[in-house]
Amino acid sequence: MNDGFDWDAVRESLPLLLEGFRVTLLATVLGTLVAAVLGLAVAVAGRAPSRFVTVPVRVVTEFVRSTPLLVQLVGAAALFNTVEPLYIGITVLGVHYAAYTSEVYRAGIDGVPKGQWEACRALSLPPRRTWQAVILPQAVRNVLPALGNYAISMFKETPFLAVITVQEMVFEARKYGADHFAYTEVFTLAGLIFLVASYPTSLLMRKLEKRLGH
Amino acid sequence: MSDFFSLLVEEFPQVRSGLWVTLQATVLGALLAGVLAFALGLMAGSRLLLARGFSRVVVEFFRGTSLYIQLFWLYYAMPLVTGYELAPVACGVVAFGLNYGAYGAEVVRGAINSVPRAQYEAAIALNLSPSRRLWKVILPQAWVQMIPSFTNLLIQLLKCTPLLWLLSAADLMTVVQTLRDRTGETLAAYLTLLAVYFVLAYALTMLMNLLERSAKRRLGLATGASSLFKSRSASTAALGGTR
Amino acid sequence: MATEPLPLQKTAAPAPQDAVPAAGSTGEPLVRFEKVVKRYGDHVVLDQLDFTVDRGEHVTLIGPSGSGKTTILRLLMTLEKVSDGVIWVNGSPLSHVRTPGGGLKPAGEKELRESRKKIGMVFQQFNLFPNMKVLQNITEAPISVLGKGREEAETRARELLELVGLSDKVDAHPSQLSGGQQQRVAIARALAMEPEILLLDEVTSALDPELVAGVLELLGDIARNTDITMLCVTHEMNFARDVSEKVLMFDAGRVVESGTPEKIFSDPSHERTREFLNAVL
Repeated sequence: MNDGFDWDAVRESLPLLLEGFRVTLLATVLGTLVAAVLGLAVAVAGRAPSRFVTVPVRVVTEFVRSTPLLVQLVGAAALFNTVEPLYIGITVLGVHYAAYTSEVYRAGIDGVPKGQWEACRALSLPPRRTWQAVILPQAVRNVLPALGNYAISMFKETPFLAVITVQEMVFEARKYGADHFAYTEVFTLAGLIFLVASYPTSLLMRKLEKRLGH
Repeated sequence: MSDFFSLLVEEFPQVRSGLWVTLQATVLGALLAGVLAFALGLMAGSRLLLARGFSRVVVEFFRGTSLYIQLFWLYYAMPLVTGYELAPVACGVVAFGLNYGAYGAEVVRGAINSVPRAQYEAAIALNLSPSRRLWKVILPQAWVQMIPSFTNLLIQLLKCTPLLWLLSAADLMTVVQTLRDRTGETLAAYLTLLAVYFVLAYALTMLMNLLERSAKRRLGLATGASSLFKSRSASTAALGGTR
Repeated sequence: MATEPLPLQKTAAPAPQDAVPAAGSTGEPLVRFEKVVKRYGDHVVLDQLDFTVDRGEHVTLIGPSGSGKTTILRLLMTLEKVSDGVIWVNGSPLSHVRTPGGGLKPAGEKELRESRKKIGMVFQQFNLFPNMKVLQNITEAPISVLGKGREEAETRARELLELVGLSDKVDAHPSQLSGGQQQRVAIARALAMEPEILLLDEVTSALDPELVAGVLELLGDIARNTDITMLCVTHEMNFARDVSEKVLMFDAGRVVESGTPEKIFSDPSHERTREFLNAVL
């Protein structure tokens, strides 16, 4: 048991943690990108005219949404053990969150007034143009704050990647903590870094939400 | 039958005890979270600046620092700082409770704010005491609003329980992993684990739907039988950003 | 409406003089606004307002929207605080307490609750509690505020429900009632608190036209058969004519004219009153 906060350990581990933090950010950004694109695709597919598309899409989304990210990550890493863990991490994060973002998009699409669809039909716009030019621009604007909030959630769940040996911040923290028996310092530091990064971002999202009139 | 499934049957007592650990952590964590959510959420609406400030700081702190870090801090760092050690499952319960309690506090606060101001004024016009206004008029109405968000948080909490594996608690994930290691059947093992979690999530959702139905009934709102089987409501998950 | 077993006899209300401390209260009006100012930011809603209401009087407040009528009721119900000036009820300051030095300071929650005892209010949007059935809406406050026994409170509630013609809705949820029925329950709920002063804030404005007459008739019955002092904000000029003895015409936060309904409606002396009546009648 040590008697206090060891500032030398803080000084020594900070560069390592920040090095890991770059991986954390990279995973968050790329994961959010996957979730944003895949989620949109799922939401549009959920609106397909055929039940053979919509029902499986719904079941799979529900399954992904209701099961633990950690199990998905560990399972994927074990199955594809030749693939670089970071890629697996980004993909699984993206797919997991796509199950959520697709719901966001769906709500956004449902929020576009029915009259807009009818106007498109009245103008005989082809489906592609209806989506591209009319529905999605209106829907996406409404969902931006919610997508942002999910990006923040994903950011706070990136430590899960450490479990599959991605060398992000918490991986570095655990390693340093184990090597120097300085768990208190590294985990406190890592927690504060998360707080410092996520709190202003979530304030920004709240502002955006207000601006867009939610 | 594959090796994995025959082993699963063979080792059923072990699986059952793993499941029990997982359920225990979920239920106790959720109870702690619920208590904290109401305490912090009510404080957020207090007239006392100190209470409001305290609630704000606690909520932002536990929302802002990742659950994962909180759990590890409790498990690795707390014994070093305090000399006092919590059992792995207790670490889980405390971390889940604190983290989801903070999110829940926002739900409670939001739901209380969503009760129309006119209800509050009608309670004043009848000269009800401040605590009576809160407990008899505002909270029963806010409660209905809270349940869908609480359902989401409960499922989130359930989904975090595999973290116990990292603390070497003998939870469901730990047990299934050992079975996988003994048979080498990765796909079967993880799919089974996911399926069990899916069933648990669905069962919890149905329980919460029952709760929501009875709360709605008390407000005289119509509730169809299908409301029990609906999945977690998308709009609250999506637009609340409650994670 | 059957008025026969009307549980609201004039004698039921306590003789007013008994309730008032004798000193200095003789000739004191029940409600007195003294230079009352209400501002929201820069916007002045009530501007140095002076007026009085006597015990037992039924007063209707009319005037264009935004003239501050509803604000007066909300101030009396202590839902809002005055920006300046004092409201006197029964010779006591409503939302102030006397300091030992003889001055006034804003009242705390305890004093406010004491002040509210005499006053009841019915709202435009009814504001029944959706989480309580009709009976509990009516009994909740008598039990928890007046300290009545459950049985006594329920008996009284049933009487009042009979008075408002809704005996069969005792166990209904508010959401199962029509607007007119909800407003009747709200009136019964306010009466259950035995108020000396009843504030009626556009109580028929949210009702379908065919339901308005019944509610107005009920209020007329209450006005005729009780000692309750009533202040009504309404756009129903018929109601003002039939029920009230005094009409106050408001404009821009001030009383521009007051008088009997006959005087105001047939021979208004102020230009703004004429314009307003031409617009609404």
